[in-house]
Amino acid sequence: MTDYNFAYLDEQTKRMIRRAILKGLAIPGYQVPFASREMPMPYGWGTGGVQVSAAVLTPDDTFKVIDQGADDTTNAVSIRRFFEKTAGVAVTEATVDASVIQTRHRIPEQDLRSDQILVYQVPIPEPLRFLEPSEVETRKMHSLEEYGLMHVKLYEDISQHGAIATAYAYPVKVEGRYVMDPSPIPKFDNPKLNMAGIQLFGAGREQRIYAVPPYTDVVSLDFDDYPFEASKADHACDLCGAEDSYLDELIVDDAGGRMFMCSDTDYCAGRRKAGCIGAQGVPYQEDVA
Amino acid sequence: MQTTTLMGGFVNAPLDSARAFRQIMTAVAQPGIINDAVGATPPAPLSVAAGVVLLTLCDPDTPVFLTAEFDTDDVRAWITFHTGAPLVDAAKASFAVGSWGDLPITDFAIGTSEYPDRSATLIVEVASLNPEGAELRGPGIKGKATLSLPETAAFQQNTALFPLGLDFVFTCQNRLAALPRTTKVNAIKVS
Amino acid sequence: MYVAVKGGEKAIDNAHAWLAEERRGDTSIAELSVSQIREQLALAVNRVMAEGSLYDPDLAALAIKQSRGDLIEAIFLIRAYRTTLPRFGGSNPVDTEQMICDRRVSATFKDAPGGQVLGPTFDYTHRLLDFKLAADGEVPQAPSAEIAQADTPHIMSFLDRENLIQTEPEGPETPPDLTRSPLELPATRSLRLQALTRGDEGFILGMAYSTQRGYARNHAFVAELRIGAVSVEMDIPELGFAIDIGEITLTECETVNQFKGSKTEPPQFTRGYGLVFGMTERKAISMALVDRALRWKELGEDNVGAPAQDEEFVLYHADNIQATGFLEHIKLPHYVDFQSELELIRKLRRAAMGEQEAVE
Repeated sequence: MTDYNFAYLDEQTKRMIRRAILKGLAIPGYQVPFASREMPMPYGWGTGGVQVSAAVLTPDDTFKVIDQGADDTTNAVSIRRFFEKTAGVAVTEATVDASVIQTRHRIPEQDLRSDQILVYQVPIPEPLRFLEPSEVETRKMHSLEEYGLMHVKLYEDISQHGAIATAYAYPVKVEGRYVMDPSPIPKFDNPKLNMAGIQLFGAGREQRIYAVPPYTDVVSLDFDDYPFEASKADHACDLCGAEDSYLDELIVDDAGGRMFMCSDTDYCAGRRKAGCIGAQGVPYQEDVA
Repeated sequence: MQTTTLMGGFVNAPLDSARAFRQIMTAVAQPGIINDAVGATPPAPLSVAAGVVLLTLCDPDTPVFLTAEFDTDDVRAWITFHTGAPLVDAAKASFAVGSWGDLPITDFAIGTSEYPDRSATLIVEVASLNPEGAELRGPGIKGKATLSLPETAAFQQNTALFPLGLDFVFTCQNRLAALPRTTKVNAIKVS
Repeated sequence: MYVAVKGGEKAIDNAHAWLAEERRGDTSIAELSVSQIREQLALAVNRVMAEGSLYDPDLAALAIKQSRGDLIEAIFLIRAYRTTLPRFGGSNPVDTEQMICDRRVSATFKDAPGGQVLGPTFDYTHRLLDFKLAADGEVPQAPSAEIAQADTPHIMSFLDRENLIQTEPEGPETPPDLTRSPLELPATRSLRLQALTRGDEGFILGMAYSTQRGYARNHAFVAELRIGAVSVEMDIPELGFAIDIGEITLTECETVNQFKGSKTEPPQFTRGYGLVFGMTERKAISMALVDRALRWKELGEDNVGAPAQDEEFVLYHADNIQATGFLEHIKLPHYVDFQSELELIRKLRRAAMGEQEAVE
């Protein structure tokens, strides 16, 4: 059997996911249960994101996939190929050219437009899960808007470390109501959750979909005396010289020498094309980078 | 079975419904914008857009309520044949179709505090749909938007139920707009 | 100067080519056929069908071949295929009383109508490696007997006649479907049983074993274990009657467990139930024990806080496809989140060391 339906999933499954997406958009930050299907890639490899993308893609879309900000990471390549094959969509590495972007762990550096859709792969959708393992209990907490446990945890961090010790998957409050896990993006990306694009979150194994419509109020949890701070490594990109982008750290020699480069490969390439060169960069050439 | 029943569905369901869903989703994500909805030719009095929404979102898992105006043999047969959705009372419906004044809006499911998503989506057939009238604010809207709504008080009451509440899709010929429960509605005073 | 590493696409293609080569192994050795796997590794095939939730021995055998014998990988292949199949309808409940039993044993009565039938069991084999098999696996034909034509009554029905065993309430006409709707708690018994029958054999076994060792002990006796073929029937509305659409082999285990009672109710035994595709008796017995442990609430027992009593714990962790996916995904790139932790820990240490220096 080789003849799969458009975007792999059958129509009834897509309708079920589409209904969940609409309820997610209508209740920003609330996790809508959905009957996640077993996909031909493992749970943990982005099955939630893949199902959301499958339900959202049209044949007219241009699709981009990033993992850790990069288009050429193996799993990004694998997911991009899956939709090239099953949905026949055009693909791109350029953020500006993409109409749908599936991502794992990053928000692109380039601001998204209102006609762009960002689909996140989510491992654990429940922001309270590591404070309370029971789904029955956390669902109750959300219904009662009982988020004291989360504030206690953040405050304990401060008393122990002098700072909030959460560096990624930093919890946010959406439209003043639901506390939401923004997926394991670095907290550097949190301010970008306030964006013009449509943000859809898919957790396959945990069977949850949630969403943030454009221009929705997303606030990173903090305290008046310990305000949220979006931080990154205190370096510039060694390839393109960017000082405003999130960086990957590489170990480049046996002595443990380090270099830093943009995690968003499209952003870095774009800057280098425009002539920006970092401390260890070379002038941009097609095919090489 | 009448031929009208068999006709009027999507020509290519996977592609037509994908495109239609994009129009519905962006309308829900950005209340106030008006999108095209084409590809279905349902029997009167259903509008093209209402037909498109039904075909895109409904199936045997989504009970549908029809107001008396839409509860005709042709419409029932068309919905049953093309979607398999059971036709039910308002209280049991996931979706409903009707003109504004006829929809018994207090009868529909508004969700529960643990599952606010278990609420009905109402497809409201309107005679005209324009980007003018009531002022809309809230998620999906940069600043404010305007949309011709049949009234404002009911939508204000609905918003007050948040996170519970109903969600609305307004359909007019081959166009649609949406009003999720998050949108704050204000009547613009005509001075 | 540094040039960024690229080549994900090529690496994937090469990895797949190598994997295919490794799967085939030494080409001077004859290739395994799917039918050989189906016939000679039947218990592996049965496990893949049971946990893959798809009764198709040929596909299960193919999956085992493709997965190089990694049964969880094979189960995954079957699950992913199963999801794409159109659903034409539901069968009627199978009647295990009409099972043509290959094996049927009771631990509670020395004999009963239908008899004790040992069947093809490992139970009394001495676990001595049979070196003859290495050279020649041909065997003489085993003695055979006529198939008993009458139904084999359930041992439980005899206890039931004396009202010694609790009667179960009728379940819903259409049970919920774990594969078509998200798991919601508290779960009904039929949903729990679905989760258990497709759950990981090792996990269910461990949970069941824990109840025997005192973590919510429920004193299970195997009233009956039966393995055999049953026919599957489906109502065809156009015909107005049910037709036989096939035959499947099932393993069914019914346990009779510690009794309960009160001042107003005389004591009665309670039940645990296991039903699994194929010849899978370890799984079916385990399932019955875990089913029984999960019933503490409806039977008015205490929750002693044992893992096997915790429905959320058992149901959320029994699925090996979910578990292995999430477990193994931590080998995927996590540069970005790790970098954010690196940066935070460096900052916290700088602050802490700065404070120390200031104190000194």
